[in-house]
Amino acid sequence: MPENWQRAGFGIYIHWPFCAAKCPYCDFNSHVVDSVDQSDWQTAFLSEIKRYGAELPGRVVSSVFFGGGTPSLMEPQLVGAILEAISAQWTLANDVEVTLEANPTSVEAGRFSGYRDAGVNRVSVGVQALNDTDLRALGRLHSMSEALSAIKLARDVFDRVSFDLIYARQHQSLSDWQDELHRALAMEPDHLSLYQLTIENGTAFGDRYARGLLKGLPDEDLGADLYFATQEICNAHGLPTYEVSNHAKTGQESRHNQIYWRSGDWIGIGPGAHGRITVDQQRISTETALMPSLWLESALTGIGESKRETLSAEEVFQEKMLMGLRLDEGVEVSATKDPRINHIKINELSDIGLVSLEHDRLRVTPDGRPVLNRILRDILTDG
Amino acid sequence: MTELSQIRNFSIVAHIDHGKSTLADRLIQSTGTVKDRDMQEQLLDSMDIERERGITIKANTVRIDYIANDGQAYVLNLIDTPGHVDFAYEVSRSMRAVEGSLLVVDATQGVEAQTLANVYQAIDADHEIVPVLNKIDLPAAEPERIAEQIEDVIGIDATDACLISAKTGIGIPDVLEAIVTRLPAPEGTRDAPLKAMLVDSWYDPYLGVVVMIRVMDGVIKKGDRIRMIATNAVYGIDKLAVLKPAMVDIAELGPGEIGVITASIKQVRDTKVGDTITHERKGTDDPLPGFAPSVPVVFCGLFPVDAADFEDLRTAIEKLSLNDASFSSEMETSAALGFGFRCGFLGLLHLEVIRDRLEREYDIELITTAPSVVYHIYMRDGTMTELHNPADMPDMTHVEHLEEPRIKATIMVPDEYLGDVLKLCQDRRGIQLDLTYAGSRAMAVYDLPLNEVVFDFYDRLKSVTKGYASFDYQMEGYRQDNLVKMSILVNDEPVDALSIMVHRDRAEQRGRAMCEKLKDLIPRHMFKIPIQAAIGGKVIARETLAALRKDVTAKCYGGDATRKRKLLDKQKAGKKKMRQFGKVEIPQSAFISALKMDS
Repeated sequence: MPENWQRAGFGIYIHWPFCAAKCPYCDFNSHVVDSVDQSDWQTAFLSEIKRYGAELPGRVVSSVFFGGGTPSLMEPQLVGAILEAISAQWTLANDVEVTLEANPTSVEAGRFSGYRDAGVNRVSVGVQALNDTDLRALGRLHSMSEALSAIKLARDVFDRVSFDLIYARQHQSLSDWQDELHRALAMEPDHLSLYQLTIENGTAFGDRYARGLLKGLPDEDLGADLYFATQEICNAHGLPTYEVSNHAKTGQESRHNQIYWRSGDWIGIGPGAHGRITVDQQRISTETALMPSLWLESALTGIGESKRETLSAEEVFQEKMLMGLRLDEGVEVSATKDPRINHIKINELSDIGLVSLEHDRLRVTPDGRPVLNRILRDILTDG
Repeated sequence: MTELSQIRNFSIVAHIDHGKSTLADRLIQSTGTVKDRDMQEQLLDSMDIERERGITIKANTVRIDYIANDGQAYVLNLIDTPGHVDFAYEVSRSMRAVEGSLLVVDATQGVEAQTLANVYQAIDADHEIVPVLNKIDLPAAEPERIAEQIEDVIGIDATDACLISAKTGIGIPDVLEAIVTRLPAPEGTRDAPLKAMLVDSWYDPYLGVVVMIRVMDGVIKKGDRIRMIATNAVYGIDKLAVLKPAMVDIAELGPGEIGVITASIKQVRDTKVGDTITHERKGTDDPLPGFAPSVPVVFCGLFPVDAADFEDLRTAIEKLSLNDASFSSEMETSAALGFGFRCGFLGLLHLEVIRDRLEREYDIELITTAPSVVYHIYMRDGTMTELHNPADMPDMTHVEHLEEPRIKATIMVPDEYLGDVLKLCQDRRGIQLDLTYAGSRAMAVYDLPLNEVVFDFYDRLKSVTKGYASFDYQMEGYRQDNLVKMSILVNDEPVDALSIMVHRDRAEQRGRAMCEKLKDLIPRHMFKIPIQAAIGGKVIARETLAALRKDVTAKCYGGDATRKRKLLDKQKAGKKKMRQFGKVEIPQSAFISALKMDS
């Protein structure tokens, strides 16, 4: 059996850190600036691609992902140049997936065909909500009608379209969300990312929450009800859950994200991007500078990485479990009792239907998924 | 050797914060006993905890040389006694070692419950008492009113009270003169067989056990062979000294004198406060009255938070025992908390002091289980056993009846809080013995079960009276009552460390309160957890902790793997603060918090 990194594919993540505005819930590495010299950034991206090409020769690229920030603010020409540079370094798989995250404003939708011509074959549209009041509350710059026409256009332009929604929003009832999800599914997406709103420290929502000003958030019980309703409705519409927050028609799963969850190899290029690469049987984690100007400077003058470390076997195993158990398919574990996992806990959790261990495959069941963090803690810590 | 007529032995009686230690400091300083440059606040309180809390735990003594207005040289021996009821026996022995007391009352506050308890000890010891009104420099001082209160409440003449400010030094010369002119000189016979009282003892890392004595009759010299009557142990005196307050060697001590001896005594445990010391040969056979070995009244379990600290805890407890004979310990195993010690204390303050010292001086993080008193269990076969730990309660079918210790509590409180105080006492099964007024302050005397007081009575009292109440108590012996052991079951398994003894009539209420508390203290698990209180096999209260329904990270992509791994490390650390009980994790804090009563 080959190692995970050989089976799970090889991906390239490109981070575009700029946004037109910062959303109050977002804790991603995103920055709002007046203007960006995209040619400098092109030089930097290309230099890093070349560097990794030399370090990891002979790989077959199964996926490229433009994430952010807002990568739909990139010029299509820049996206094209990056994809060209990638294909100059490595062989692209026949079915290579090239995804770009896009915001559904009319300006960005106007670039869709440019991205397609550059080589993008999948978009992930940040719709987030299907009513204008909530879109404003979430700090989004698009309207619901813009979102609907952007999705329509995307379906015409790209082979594959996914979009994101955020639920468990302020003052959102169970029936509000069921209704909204039905409307989303009526657009017949082949992939949906459905995220429960998470209040992160260091965001505008985080500050408001700390001061007690973020009202109407669901309690644990409503949060669980919303989660189960989401699973039920998506399953009924032929978009089963393949990961905690991701739903797809069979075969339409995000190949790129599966590389993360299946502990494949990927390189991360751009400010704040992380990578995992396997060199000489060692799994290496890479990090880059968070500040765009710092990363740009480092990539232009030498190496765009700020940190590189070899993971211990223990850490590799932990990541395999932490990431892999998010997937419905679960992870393979050794048939002989692996001392790194707590088998007593697994038996307990299995008895109450939250996990299953069959044919050397450990899975978290649909009932276990909403309490995944606790399951991970229980089975990865002793006693 | 000083003539009896030139000796005055005294103690100072006061409530916490009324200025006892400051007055002692001034007396020492103004007589030149300690040079100004060596002076530090609360000179006699040598433990950090004593200085911090402003309380005296160990008795201390100082010998002051004083030239009085009559031109004669006097030796004044001050014994600074513990002011807390936990040490009531030690106080009573110190009181027997002196002939008079200064009664210090804060002129802005008036008489407090603790003042009363200690002043009664002084009266019991036939002391001459000189009232001293302190803090007269403060604008809020009302010396006339407080003097009247002393006469009303205590019944001693306060017309000639010394008016002082220990802080600024006002009135200190008057106090020194009053000691000489108003307190009696000691009595005793130089030619009689040696009879000295063991007043206190402590462990000194250089000298070994140091014993403080008061000579009643006879003369003691360095090199003498002495016998302690209660323990029947014989020692040779290595060192004879007086405390000024540093040790100064002296050739002999005669009747009326107070000093210290060392005699190659290994453990403080070998010395019993109140014992009589005499010569090995030609000694007296007539011990001093009133000797009683000290007995712990409050017990609790002390367990290391980190099981790896157990050996350190054992060592620390052994070291503390060297210096504190009244503190007892034996190893204990709890299913919930692992290995630890069941420790006995003279009272709650004593417990806190020992726990603080273990944590502070030995750097061991501790879990303290709920304090319990000692019950007397009368078995059907006619035997009686003492119960120190509710977990050890025998099967009720073998038990004839149970007795619990009762106390007589004296509470002084401003009028406006009296209602709350009476309700608190009633809630704790108190029986009112007396209720009187002195000005705008009420004095309530209650007969209370000690077990209702050991836990959070004092905290509740302070809280309902905004800190204005003062409280003191004395043991009143054992009495039968309808007592039962209440067990707590978490997920159907009994948690030994949460068992308590409780009065049958209060069991439902306590059980309900504990179950509700635990429901908040135990985090949600993957399954619902019944939390029950039971007496024998009968469940008397029940709560259900709902199962965890949602705890999942919504977004987790390539950049989150490292962060998730670090979170896992944090969770592992957090888990160490939990105790595994069956399938349930109970946070350490729950073991004490669950027993606190909010109303």
